[in-house]
Amino acid sequence: MSKPLDEALIDAGRAAPAIQGGRDLAGRGGLRRVVITGAGTINALGHDVASTMQAFRDGRCGITQLEFRDVDRLSIQIGAQVHDWTPETYFNRQQILLYDKFTQFTLLAAKQAVEQAGLHFQGALGLRSGVVLGTAGGGLNTWDENYRAVYEEGKNRVHPFVVPKLMNNAAASHVSMEFGLRGPAFTVATACASSNHAMGLAFQMVRSGAADVMLSGGSEAMLCFGGVKAWEGLRVMSKDACRPFSANRNGMVQGEGAGVFVFEDYEHAHARGAEILAEVVGFAMSSDAQDIVMPSAQGAERAITGAMMDAGLNREDIGYINAHGTGTAANDKTECAAVAHAFGHHADRLMISSTKSMHGHLIGGTGAVELLACIMALRDGVIAPTIGYQEPDPECALDVVPNEAREARVDAVLSNAFAFGGLNAVIALRRV
Amino acid sequence: MTDDITTRIRAIIAEQAMLDPDQITDQATPADLGIDSLGLVESIFAIEEEFDISIPFNANEPEKSEFDISNMGTIIAAVHRLVADKAG
Repeated sequence: MSKPLDEALIDAGRAAPAIQGGRDLAGRGGLRRVVITGAGTINALGHDVASTMQAFRDGRCGITQLEFRDVDRLSIQIGAQVHDWTPETYFNRQQILLYDKFTQFTLLAAKQAVEQAGLHFQGALGLRSGVVLGTAGGGLNTWDENYRAVYEEGKNRVHPFVVPKLMNNAAASHVSMEFGLRGPAFTVATACASSNHAMGLAFQMVRSGAADVMLSGGSEAMLCFGGVKAWEGLRVMSKDACRPFSANRNGMVQGEGAGVFVFEDYEHAHARGAEILAEVVGFAMSSDAQDIVMPSAQGAERAITGAMMDAGLNREDIGYINAHGTGTAANDKTECAAVAHAFGHHADRLMISSTKSMHGHLIGGTGAVELLACIMALRDGVIAPTIGYQEPDPECALDVVPNEAREARVDAVLSNAFAFGGLNAVIALRRV
Repeated sequence: MTDDITTRIRAIIAEQAMLDPDQITDQATPADLGIDSLGLVESIFAIEEEFDISIPFNANEPEKSEFDISNMGTIIAAVHRLVADKAG
């Protein structure tokens, strides 16, 4: 005697979860688990992950007086600049001619991440692996130097590598070549959310089975005369400090650098005995469809709740949020309103901090460096602080972990990114 | 009696607000004229260009800026001072 159709379908679902569309625990609808098995970075706080995390623990600020040509003509003269950068330590003459600074930063971070993961991409794995990176400005130093040469200095000839240096996909392409990643490789440009969008897509590709390993993250090298001059125009930059969530905050401070991670299929990582730094469990993106610069709390909230739903997490599960927290009047109050509404009473229990107060706003690379604070929270039980916090703002009445790092065990975290253009991208991680 | 500087500022604001210059009264706030934060930054840039002056204004803390944007009267007075400082 046959069962009713719906019962039969339920049984079939139990037997073969891979064909089910739902999110059952047995197989998550055939979706694979995605883990982070390598991390690398260079930014104003350090030239690797260990020094960056130590700075997070110490609450150290990487913002200093900017040093580059024509800085005296800028009204904004501070930034989180990478110091003691000597590309000749890492690259030969020909490579330096071909790599803009944003590519150099990316390659250094990618080498650290791959080394930590202990992966080699010869043969079949290279065909099943790829790279997706975020950047907003790409080879902006190359644009700046060569426009100066032809417009200001009146030169009529530029170096033959200008185009391959400045293109936004240069970093992704060089990472692909460096490691032999022959699967999906591309660059995402969504302004300040670029890295989060890139990492979200990499997560989706590994989760769906489109790739076994994806290198992902992002980079930015916008600290040059033209890069800062353009930002000055909007009048949202601070002349003295980045003080997210503080009532006396007066704007953002730009940073530079890169963060790159190895996202790997859990079964693949487990089988080879790799150390797992954290699990990527959810991602959501949304568009405000409203204003080119003013953020929307509703758009941000949809990305926050979407990431938790995608991860199968309840709001009570989230112990820490790495905020977008730019230190502008508009972002910080809007973000806090979005978090307060999305989390209800739990908003008063979770911790939320902006590490931009230390490493500055890396624009297209910022989400990648900020993911390090999420990994540190999950793996080491240390919450990176919001430094420069001086005065409570009733419109930012959350636990922003002011000025000093805090020890706390958290099981799941979110990383927010809300870009100009109203493009939002939120990633959820879990402790393994 | 309206001086030249005031007339030029009103023309800039009128263009931004898509209004007639006569509607740009001293009492009108940027919000009254339908000028949002981005429009205000754009207007300040246009005034800087018109008079070749530099206006100290940070959109994050407009109330703390030396440039008082409370209404058109305060903006016009502040521009007069900056133009005079430049000449002086």
